Amino acid sequence: MHEHDVIVVGAGGAGLRAAIAAHEAGADVAMVSKLHPVRSHTGAAEGGINAALQEGDDWELHAYDTMKGSDYLGDAPAVETLAQDAPEETINLEHWGMPFSREEDGRVSQRPFGGLSYPRTTYAGAETGHHLLHTMYEQVVKRGIQVYDEWYVMDLATTDEADPNDRECHGVVAYDVQSGQIEGFKANQGVVLATGGPGQAFDHTTNAVSCTGDGHAMAYRAGAPLEDMEFIQFHPTSLPSTGVLISEGVRGEGGILYNSEGERFMFEHGYANNSGELASRDVVARAELTEVDEGRGVEDEYVHLDMRHLGEERIMDRLENILHLAEDFEGVDGLVEPMPVKPGQHYAMGGIEVDENGQTCVDGLYAAGECACVSVHGGNRLGGNALPELIVFGKRAGRHAAGDDLGEPKIRTGYGDDVEDETETELPVAPGEAGLGTSGGVAADGGVTADAEGILERTVETARERVDRLMDKDDGVQHAEIRAKLQQAMTDYVNVFRTEEGVKKALKIIRECRQEYQDVYVDDPSRTFNTDLQQTIETRNLIDVAESIALGALVRDEFRGAHWRKEHQERKDDEWLKHTLISWDDGEPSIFYRPVILEGQEKTYEPKERSY
Amino acid sequence: MSTQQAEPESQEAPEDPEMKGAESPQERRLEEKDDGMVDERAEKTAELEGETVLIKVFRYDPEVADKQEPRFDDFHVPFTKGMTVLDAVMYARDEYDSSLTFRHSCRQAVCGSDAFFVNGRQRLGCKTQISDLEQPVRIEPLPHQEVVKDLVVDMDHFYDQMHTVEPYFQDEDTPPVEDLEEQRQSPENREKIKMSSRCIWCGACMSSCNIAAGDNEYLGPAAINKAYKFAMDDREGEEIKEHRLRILEQEHGVWRCQTQFSCTEVCPKDIPLTEHIQELKREAVKKNLKFW
Repeated sequence: MHEHDVIVVGAGGAGLRAAIAAHEAGADVAMVSKLHPVRSHTGAAEGGINAALQEGDDWELHAYDTMKGSDYLGDAPAVETLAQDAPEETINLEHWGMPFSREEDGRVSQRPFGGLSYPRTTYAGAETGHHLLHTMYEQVVKRGIQVYDEWYVMDLATTDEADPNDRECHGVVAYDVQSGQIEGFKANQGVVLATGGPGQAFDHTTNAVSCTGDGHAMAYRAGAPLEDMEFIQFHPTSLPSTGVLISEGVRGEGGILYNSEGERFMFEHGYANNSGELASRDVVARAELTEVDEGRGVEDEYVHLDMRHLGEERIMDRLENILHLAEDFEGVDGLVEPMPVKPGQHYAMGGIEVDENGQTCVDGLYAAGECACVSVHGGNRLGGNALPELIVFGKRAGRHAAGDDLGEPKIRTGYGDDVEDETETELPVAPGEAGLGTSGGVAADGGVTADAEGILERTVETARERVDRLMDKDDGVQHAEIRAKLQQAMTDYVNVFRTEEGVKKALKIIRECRQEYQDVYVDDPSRTFNTDLQQTIETRNLIDVAESIALGALVRDEFRGAHWRKEHQERKDDEWLKHTLISWDDGEPSIFYRPVILEGQEKTYEPKERSY
Repeated sequence: MSTQQAEPESQEAPEDPEMKGAESPQERRLEEKDDGMVDERAEKTAELEGETVLIKVFRYDPEVADKQEPRFDDFHVPFTKGMTVLDAVMYARDEYDSSLTFRHSCRQAVCGSDAFFVNGRQRLGCKTQISDLEQPVRIEPLPHQEVVKDLVVDMDHFYDQMHTVEPYFQDEDTPPVEDLEEQRQSPENREKIKMSSRCIWCGACMSSCNIAAGDNEYLGPAAINKAYKFAMDDREGEEIKEHRLRILEQEHGVWRCQTQFSCTEVCPKDIPLTEHIQELKREAVKKNLKFW
């Protein structure tokens, strides 16, 4: 058994920042990650980091833009924390040597981005995430923080009191991908989940193959609710054939969207009369699909993004990476022809419910980054707000886990006296456990008899048994089949446009996937680098995450942010200024709601009609 | 396993990096389009449409009896437009043999997980179009590295070499963070380190380098390039730069490079690695340090 003060699961942007912060607070930190840190998907982020750095800009404007972008479902304490801390954190990255693009006077460059009232997106070419990831990993190396790379975390070691608010997380169980060895990692102070997005629940996604919602599923089964999972961002500009992301930076620098008739549809068809291509992402994604649906799409599938008029010099200086992506993955030369683009699943606004210090309702369990929901982004994330989220909240979670006092949080977590239960919606199928093999997430008899070691040992035992079962089984269903079916259902029915009938269909298919998973087996008999086994475990995590997305999409009968419902074409502020929370309750999802906090430090954010 | 490298055409290292001809890898790539590469690809794609592609994949697993002896397995994969080497091996794994093992993650040439030896050359699987390759397509693990299983190699040595050059920004004069000001850097200086900062640690260069193959202590092109990124950054002070050059001019450092350009040839990010190494040699001489 390994033992550390703080265990960080995942080594992308949020995980690295959390580890550095915990280390600076004096804790003995270890990172456990299924990928070597530089392989994390933060490296694929292109656009930039929003931070109010310039004279004339200030954090309040950033907070206001973020709140408007969220369609008034962001919690003000989280939104304001992000806006206030982003400048210092961005400068801090520069001090660590991050190679930001520069202006003539030597200052860092900032560009306009969707939904922003000021050009505050700080960038490093069109590969900001790559530089951010590498810069932070360099700092981890500098500090000698221990990294268990290519160790796959399977489960959390958590006590099992009836009320998740009384539970405590004591560590994680992981297996060494290279050897197959399963071991416990005891965390004396806290576990920080920083496992990234759940994009692999969808078929057409910008996310890496590794973005399988592992942290979401583990926290969920340990009793931490998943919040606002129905809010999935579809990025307006992904390449049609692969889902590879074309940065919003292209539109930020002046790129234009055209339909098949050569119309600049964002203006000409009235989707966003002021901001046009730089409206927020949900607006642009729906506009593109509407064009395609109304017969003005190219090849009935996509639209064109044109940046030729920016000129080679500017493109090479600021967007060079985009040229390579368009050429390598679509065979298109962005200098001489427009690029084909269509919406692709990109980011999950929702995630593990945490407060502004990264703490879940389970004691000792933290989450930060895309896997967490504070909620900064509410119903829709603005481009350029994900990277500051990683560093601002990664740092806070790491510090808090290491014992730093960050003050009393204003955001509450877990089931409590301020929530209301879901009572109305008829579910088409019983969600949740489908029998053996989906084992719950808590491993011990909580309370008086259980000590941390005992709980960890038991969790390790359960994990070993589960792996043995999967490996010993000789036939049945393979995970790839189940995963493909799940991804197709989510892409068909829980996409940009949602109908009640469609979401119900998705829930039925997800149920079938759960049942088929009872018969899943791992064909590769080897314990050495068994990716078959790893993906089989990931697939169960994806089923949990997909189900929570579909459940949330079904119960929220309104149109807000990225969540569009055919039968409900309006934002219902009197009923829906609240977060959807889904909690794994003894193997069954239970749904409840918590009001959104719109009261900031100085002012209250009044919901207004949102237009761009 | 074959470790023969195709001899790159010898070329003179440009005297002055500012005077790059149209021969920097990046420019060459942009020029390839004018050489009809794009038309050729479209032609080959049309040819392959509806066909199956034969891929021959290296297999080895120390733990499984019938895979302890390395071998090649044939997979017939239905071709689709835009199919990459990674798409092909993923298809083979998901449809035919779930034990086929390789690293991959982002699918867009930024995570550096899937460098393979494809038709005798180090390439990223996700970035290599099947239509650009001769059939059958041979896919092997990176040469000169220990094979863990199938296409997965042990990267530990590569990481160790990367860590040897103190790959982190060092500037003792950095103002405290409370002071909300960035350090200044000219756009020209940023441009100078730009290409070096694009490294994704895929290991293709190290695997292609004959010197690294024969000298396990040689820092190798990736680590030297990483050091270049810091040494050329004006935000680091003179003292640190000297310290970096001391690391680089050691016996197994820059002087081991014999300018074969293999690393530059295979780098999927078009980094002019050989050029960077030569520049550091010049810096070392200028600093009057000893060389071996």
